[in-house]
Amino acid sequence: MSILIDERTRVIVQGITGRDGSFHAASMLEYGTKVVGGVTPGKGGQTVSGVPVFNTVQEAMAETGATCSIIFVPPKFASGALREAADAGIKNIICITEGVPILQMVENYHYLRTKGVRLIGPNCPGLISPGKSKVGIMPGRIHKSGRVGVISRSGTLTYEVVYNLTEAGLGQSTCVGIGGDPIIGTGYVDLLSLFENDSGTGAVVLIGEIGGEDEERAAEYIKSSMTKPVVAFISGRTAPPGKRMGHAGAIISGGKGTAEAKVKAFQDAGVPVADKPDDIPGLLKERVGD
Amino acid sequence: MKIHEYQARDLLKAYGITVPPGKVAATPKEARAVAEEIGGGVVVKAQVLVGGRGKAGGVKLASSPEDAEAKAKAILDLTIKELPVEKVLVARSIEIDKEFYVSVTVDRAKKKAVLIGSAAGGVEIEELAVKEPEKILIFEIDPIAGIDQQGLDAYCKRLFGNPKLASQGADTFRKMYRLLKEKDCSLVEINPYAQLPDGTLVAADAKINFDDNGVPLHAEVEKMRNPEEYSKDEIAAKEAGLSFVSLDGDIGCIVNGAGLAMATMDIIKLFGGNPANFLDVGGSSNPEKVLTALQILTGNKNLKAILINIFGGITRCDDIANGIVMAQKQIHLQLPLVIRLIGTNEEEGRKILEKEGLAASENLSDAVKMVVERSREGQKA
Repeated sequence: MSILIDERTRVIVQGITGRDGSFHAASMLEYGTKVVGGVTPGKGGQTVSGVPVFNTVQEAMAETGATCSIIFVPPKFASGALREAADAGIKNIICITEGVPILQMVENYHYLRTKGVRLIGPNCPGLISPGKSKVGIMPGRIHKSGRVGVISRSGTLTYEVVYNLTEAGLGQSTCVGIGGDPIIGTGYVDLLSLFENDSGTGAVVLIGEIGGEDEERAAEYIKSSMTKPVVAFISGRTAPPGKRMGHAGAIISGGKGTAEAKVKAFQDAGVPVADKPDDIPGLLKERVGD
Repeated sequence: MKIHEYQARDLLKAYGITVPPGKVAATPKEARAVAEEIGGGVVVKAQVLVGGRGKAGGVKLASSPEDAEAKAKAILDLTIKELPVEKVLVARSIEIDKEFYVSVTVDRAKKKAVLIGSAAGGVEIEELAVKEPEKILIFEIDPIAGIDQQGLDAYCKRLFGNPKLASQGADTFRKMYRLLKEKDCSLVEINPYAQLPDGTLVAADAKINFDDNGVPLHAEVEKMRNPEEYSKDEIAAKEAGLSFVSLDGDIGCIVNGAGLAMATMDIIKLFGGNPANFLDVGGSSNPEKVLTALQILTGNKNLKAILINIFGGITRCDDIANGIVMAQKQIHLQLPLVIRLIGTNEEEGRKILEKEGLAASENLSDAVKMVVERSREGQKA
């Protein structure tokens, strides 16, 4: 079992003829993902890696039966692409695009909710259910199928953590990169609850960073509602206040969003916080009694 | 992106919000001329992109144009939190009956724009939020329907007390929200929002921040950018497509990905070292980027050692290795270099490095331990 995507998930790629879209469409196909179509306005009728390209999401859905879309379009077209997918009836959207203005995302977030859409991202690496499906840009081969769920705001840091899990023999059920922006579609709490209810997941690794208070809310949720063990890691313990650390969301401002507050929230919730990524497998094994 | 108070005042004015008469001045003479034009008492305020200028002596009252010139000279000689004061705002000194706080921003948790107001203005809102949170009133804006007018009127009555002030306040809030949306601001703040003896409310100070993701959509906003917001290195990095923040340690870091870059800094600290910077080379791996990154880093004279940590995904290890080799040849790197390469095309990357006599570690903790040792050797030498 896994959450959100599996071997039956039929995926279209919005922005498939672009540099990133075409590269990752090929890489997802190679991993075994059912990439059934792509969308680029004005380029319908072409093929990319053997996958048919359509002018609109609606056409692509009608022809392919897709249920999931991954978006690679440039930031100024991202809101349009999100709404087009939602209007066409896609229920799972993964937005890789980085640089979508925050106020546009505020509107998109609420619009997509009224349409009953689950959005992952934007500015995220996507997600993978190892051995079943990859809808994202992560290197597939560092993953291994298993029972650990992974949730992270980061990209390469997630690879680092997953690599350490796999090396230690701990496979993953699903790994989700939720994105590094201040306004994202799906947060920690939504995913913790999905993992809690997924029979294929036995434990969860949560990777957070400075900025906002999502980790604090996740800690509250874990304390009140999770039975499965969770191990956390927080990056940015040495980051100075007021400076944006790459991600738009990774900034300590007005005394909020510090690493100390997040570490403390997890410790108060009984969640061990690893000092380094390679300490995570050990902490997990202690908790699941391996 | 941050802008100065005088720039923020201009924007508020353009949106129809009243600000006391005033102008920016770059020299004491200019300040005097502005004071003459305004007439009467003025306030001279340092224009710097950091808070705490009042405590640093950057805000002074002046009773005459001569006095304004003298006060401007004193303030223009100041350096506030390492930023030299290059401009002052000279504005009419106003008599204030009461100070309010008003702002518009995006609430990350609620995923909505919110109006924030307090009848206890003039102080740091963060301090107030901790000490007396009940004095802060928040109004949520429906992202699709916009501001609920009746709700806003009721909110302003609670905030301002009397109906005359409330209707001015509601009007200002509507204008601030329009400004926030139209220019992709992350914050529009007026503090104090000052009540004059005649009962009018004016913006006695102004702070506007922009969402960096929105700036490219607005050429007129980009024009307001102040180069001093970032260090020279930060600007050079930005131009090369790198994300860079300088810190005060002695171990330079080059990492791909913001989360991993932060974690690398943290692990350096954990092993007793001190990171000199945050540097994310980004996703697409162009060897030139590694060269630029190393050039920026080696400009820092405090540096004792460099760590390159790459987890290849989209970034290819062979591209990174080529960049390192190119940099070795072009800038004759003298500092100890510790490399950690793993992920996409790592074997190819390792081979390229080996040919040049460079080794790369696979394990992050090992690499960090090594670079911390090298930096210590450098400190002794």
